Amino acid sequence: MHQILSMTKNPLLAVEVGGLVKHFGDNRAVDGIDLKIPTGCIYGVLGPNGAGKTTAIRILSTLMNPDKGYAKIFGHDIEKEAHIVRQLIGLTGQYASVDEKLSANENLYVFSRLLGLSRHDARKKTAELLEEFGLTEAAKRPLSKFSGGMRRRLDLAASLISKPPLIFLDEPTTGLDPRTRIQMWNTIRNLVSDGSTVVLTTQYLDEADQLADYIAVIDRGKVIANGTPSQLKASVGAAALELKLKNTADEEKAKQVIQSLLMVEGHLSGEGVLTAPLSDPELITDVLLALRNNNIQLSEVSVKTPTLDEVFLAITGHETTQSDITNQYSVSVNNN
Amino acid sequence: MNNSSNISQANLSNHTSLKLTIRQSLIMAYRGLLKVRHTPEQLIDVTLQPILFTLMFGYLFGGAISGNVHNYLPIIIPGILVQSILTGAITIGVQLREDMEKGVFDRFKSLPIARIAPLAGALLADTIRYAMVTILTFATGYIMGYRPETGIVGILAVSALVIAFAWCVSWIFALAGVVGRSAASVQGISMMILFPLTFLSNAYVPVNTLPTALKWFANVNPVSHLVTAIREIINHGVITHDFWLSVIGGIVILCIFAPLTVSAYRKKV
Repeated sequence: MHQILSMTKNPLLAVEVGGLVKHFGDNRAVDGIDLKIPTGCIYGVLGPNGAGKTTAIRILSTLMNPDKGYAKIFGHDIEKEAHIVRQLIGLTGQYASVDEKLSANENLYVFSRLLGLSRHDARKKTAELLEEFGLTEAAKRPLSKFSGGMRRRLDLAASLISKPPLIFLDEPTTGLDPRTRIQMWNTIRNLVSDGSTVVLTTQYLDEADQLADYIAVIDRGKVIANGTPSQLKASVGAAALELKLKNTADEEKAKQVIQSLLMVEGHLSGEGVLTAPLSDPELITDVLLALRNNNIQLSEVSVKTPTLDEVFLAITGHETTQSDITNQYSVSVNNN
Repeated sequence: MNNSSNISQANLSNHTSLKLTIRQSLIMAYRGLLKVRHTPEQLIDVTLQPILFTLMFGYLFGGAISGNVHNYLPIIIPGILVQSILTGAITIGVQLREDMEKGVFDRFKSLPIARIAPLAGALLADTIRYAMVTILTFATGYIMGYRPETGIVGILAVSALVIAFAWCVSWIFALAGVVGRSAASVQGISMMILFPLTFLSNAYVPVNTLPTALKWFANVNPVSHLVTAIREIINHGVITHDFWLSVIGGIVILCIFAPLTVSAYRKKV
């Protein structure tokens, strides 16, 4: 840790970003982002597809230059001192950034050699990393025979060769099955206990909640909220109550009941479906009783953990933009 | 894992030294060779083509152009050599295009290595391909009865010349690879450059049989000068002005296209 701190201009801030802007034609992918990421934490960047997460990460990892604004990695400017920044970061991209035509073994060896390790050290490092990421058996297999999880592990292993003090993970668990996902989470936690700072992007609130010390929610290229996971959840409610009404004519009445008991505004998500953040599960009984007393009939009741949509609704009042709708958010939200 | 980082303060420089650039380019060339080992089928163009073309053109045109196959060989072997090696050179563009579309290029870009290393490495790895063309063309020629007057010394000399020339020309195709939109379009563009350059020359037929306009082009075409230079070195052991013209031609191509390719590449990387 001391070694890492001594070689950086600013030991306290791993990332400092001010007024960052990147356009692609008319599309303002990143539209004025400010961030301060302290050293030694896991920082989650939460947002739907197309929110600008990947663009921001690509700028921070020197893959592209911003149109406006500045970004510093441990005090080093990403444009003027790009080569130094590259020595301080590791990047695991959204699509595995490893060589498809080589084996796992060869990938790690070539990257190790490029990073200046001798032949002997590169072989040793390769063997160590393969072992650590459970890839020793598959080391010589072509990558085309690798599962998504193995590919991600190899990708992450390749980012750790130089033990960089800052690691960017762009959607590290998208497309992984639940078990592999939890393995990946444990690996990420270990990185931080080794003294590295991790910046990860995700579309999943629960992932950010599980891993991150701080979360920035971004939407349409802007940071719309940031704080600790508990602060963020407090603004949304830990869970959401979903009521399906038998009679859509009762919508307004049911909304009033929710407003008076839960002190929050329920919103319509589909025909006759009301959703409201729920901070205290005890209150469900009260809501159900009040609905009975008002003669409002229900066909379904459920309590769900909030989705990204609900976080967005709570913070911005609009749903995630059209292009962002993916399978996991198949429940479309109408916010008329 | 422990807390120490492999990066020491001394390494924290904002530049890559020439020594490191060369080292990293050689490692990238090694990566190119590893790829060949996994997908040997990408060598088809530099293995089957020289054999097939030498046999085919030799027996097809031998009688018509030189009276018999044996007399045609000293003319056609240098022609096929140049044609095959330049065909082998266009692969660089297609491969660069494919590579740059893959995720692995993001990693190269985020590594503290010389920006030029992936490009230089790919070009260096191609030397192996050119060597294969040279060996197979002369081997097929030998089987068909070709015994160059200058022997092995002449073969080595012209091999060095033709490989160096191919290396210069491959920058044209590298540029197509860097700026092209897709692998297919890069292939198309490269073929359009390659065909006139190789066929509109003296590689297969004597230039004096061509119509005026074509004759003019074939005479200024650096490929013609290269083919003539090779014929004179290997068959007569003499270095003529064609040798110098093809050397100058190669250097001119290099001086124009290497900076263009590098700057286009830097913009993309």
